[in-house]
Amino acid sequence: MKRGIPVRLEGLSKRFGRVEAVKRLDLEIGAGELVAFLGPSGCGKTTTLLMIAGIYRPTTGAVYFGDRRVDPLHPRDRDVGMVFQSYALYPHLTLFENIAFPLRLKKVPDAEVRARVQKTADLLGIGHILERKPAQVSGGQQQRAALARALVKEPQVLLLDEPLSNLDAQIRLSARAEIRRLQQELGVTAILVTHDQAEALAMADRVAVFSMGELQQYDTPEVLYHRPKNTFVAGFVGSPPMNLIEGTFTGDGFRSGELRIPIPGAPTGKGWLGVRPEHLALGEGGHPARVLVVEPLGREVLVVAEVAGVRLQVLLPEDRRPEPGGQVGVVFPERATLHFFDETGRRIGPE
Amino acid sequence: MPLLPKNWPLWLLVLVLITLPIGVGLLWLFLTALFDQVHGLRPVGDFSPENWRFFTEGSVGGRPSIWVALKNSILFAAAVATLEVLIASMAAYAISRMKFPFRTPYLGMILVLHAFPAVSLLIAIYYILRVLGLFDTLIGVILVKASLELPLGIWLMKGFFDQLSWDMEMAALVDGASRWTVFWKVALPLVRPGILALGTFALLSAWGEFILPFTFIVSGKSWTLALYMQSFMREAFVDYGLMAAVGLFYAAPVLLLFLLGQRYLLNIYSGGVKG
Repeated sequence: MKRGIPVRLEGLSKRFGRVEAVKRLDLEIGAGELVAFLGPSGCGKTTTLLMIAGIYRPTTGAVYFGDRRVDPLHPRDRDVGMVFQSYALYPHLTLFENIAFPLRLKKVPDAEVRARVQKTADLLGIGHILERKPAQVSGGQQQRAALARALVKEPQVLLLDEPLSNLDAQIRLSARAEIRRLQQELGVTAILVTHDQAEALAMADRVAVFSMGELQQYDTPEVLYHRPKNTFVAGFVGSPPMNLIEGTFTGDGFRSGELRIPIPGAPTGKGWLGVRPEHLALGEGGHPARVLVVEPLGREVLVVAEVAGVRLQVLLPEDRRPEPGGQVGVVFPERATLHFFDETGRRIGPE
Repeated sequence: MPLLPKNWPLWLLVLVLITLPIGVGLLWLFLTALFDQVHGLRPVGDFSPENWRFFTEGSVGGRPSIWVALKNSILFAAAVATLEVLIASMAAYAISRMKFPFRTPYLGMILVLHAFPAVSLLIAIYYILRVLGLFDTLIGVILVKASLELPLGIWLMKGFFDQLSWDMEMAALVDGASRWTVFWKVALPLVRPGILALGTFALLSAWGEFILPFTFIVSGKSWTLALYMQSFMREAFVDYGLMAAVGLFYAAPVLLLFLLGQRYLLNIYSGGVKG
């Protein structure tokens, strides 16, 4: 199969009436890379995907596949494959004819259609149920059939719109790994739209975080996690999400109401202090806090504690389980794992 | 099975009473067609095939052969149904899926046209057909009937198309289909229940159509069965036996079609399009 090609979005925007769904988006995706578009619903990620597919025409801006400008082209001239959240299989056709559909439209000779459909279906482990209709197979198999239909014409770009969100949690994990394996094996450039940050972090080479039609940050999962550019990314990436405390930096510490945290070399001015739940600890000498909720997560325990009027989530090893309603001390970590954001939510300090 | 209402014999009686006139009418039709002479509902003559002579005699009382009328009726109904299904599906798809100027006023206009009494248009249509040279032709009446039926057909099919998911059509576009291919290969097969319903409906309606052929067709070679039947009423002495036999013959295909198509007809009201 052929290698994927780079995809470049330049100043892409989309308006629906008065609503600006996507605002001047610039983004580059390398050949063979898997990029996730991550964000809450209505953030513009699916709109962007549909512009890349050619279903929506951009209001302004351009889409390039390699050096070829594709935004004026009809979807069929773009060489993309797409998997929809609903799978969008054709209910009146068998799985075989579903997968063969793109090839039939290209007028590929029958013998070749047979061979390619069988090969793609075998690759996805549905080669034995091709004569069935979509309604007669399981959700996981429908999802594979949709993926096979997207891959059978060997597209240069694979678009995945929430392909896993209709699957049971158990299959979802294996499907995640399988899509990633296939994508790397085939070397196809892939874009995955998802609202599930764990899925994005687990599957993607790079993640583009969207909010309100704007790109918030575009980087590797590690950078997104450890150096979020703003409070939105900080709060959206990671589960449980980062604690964000509104207050004032005083140069040598941080103040929020009664809560005072000494931080050598802190910035000054109003802003937000961010700290991930796993970086907080309970112990002697910490800030006195009252335990509100204790939620066992299996390997870990999530504790919600109130410190001087501020609610904090703390992630602890399973063996350290405080009593709800009890008094504990919350210990803040070293400066290196604290995140500083200014009044507008932008990150202060090392990028 | 739902339980019967408490006083079901009473309800049954009421229903039977309401249905009785129709039943009596049908009974009269059968008896009159099968016997020499019938007084009221009491056969007085012998059981006789005499009333069915139109099958074998080429022409009864100077009328064209019944087979010509049958052929014309079939042609008329089939052409109207085909035209209506084809045009209504395409128009409904466009209305359901595309944005174009004056879409909303257009939709409203279709509804108004549907409510418009066709009879009031007869004279205007007469002139139009004369100008087009289609007066006294089957084609002319087919076009008129199909046009008058279209508004209902478009609304009906629009309802079916509205229920299709956009995803499926987007998928087909990405798979390499043109809008035209999407319509024929994806959308149309999925509204099959609607097409069958509308088709059956159109066939039944065209089969029973009387006023349009009666107004716009003069010569016997273009007569439909409805005109053939009506011709008995014009005579001084009406041969009811013959008329009843022709009536039964006329009704038979409709009964058959209804038995075969009622499942789809019911779809018009429930409007389900599950694949």
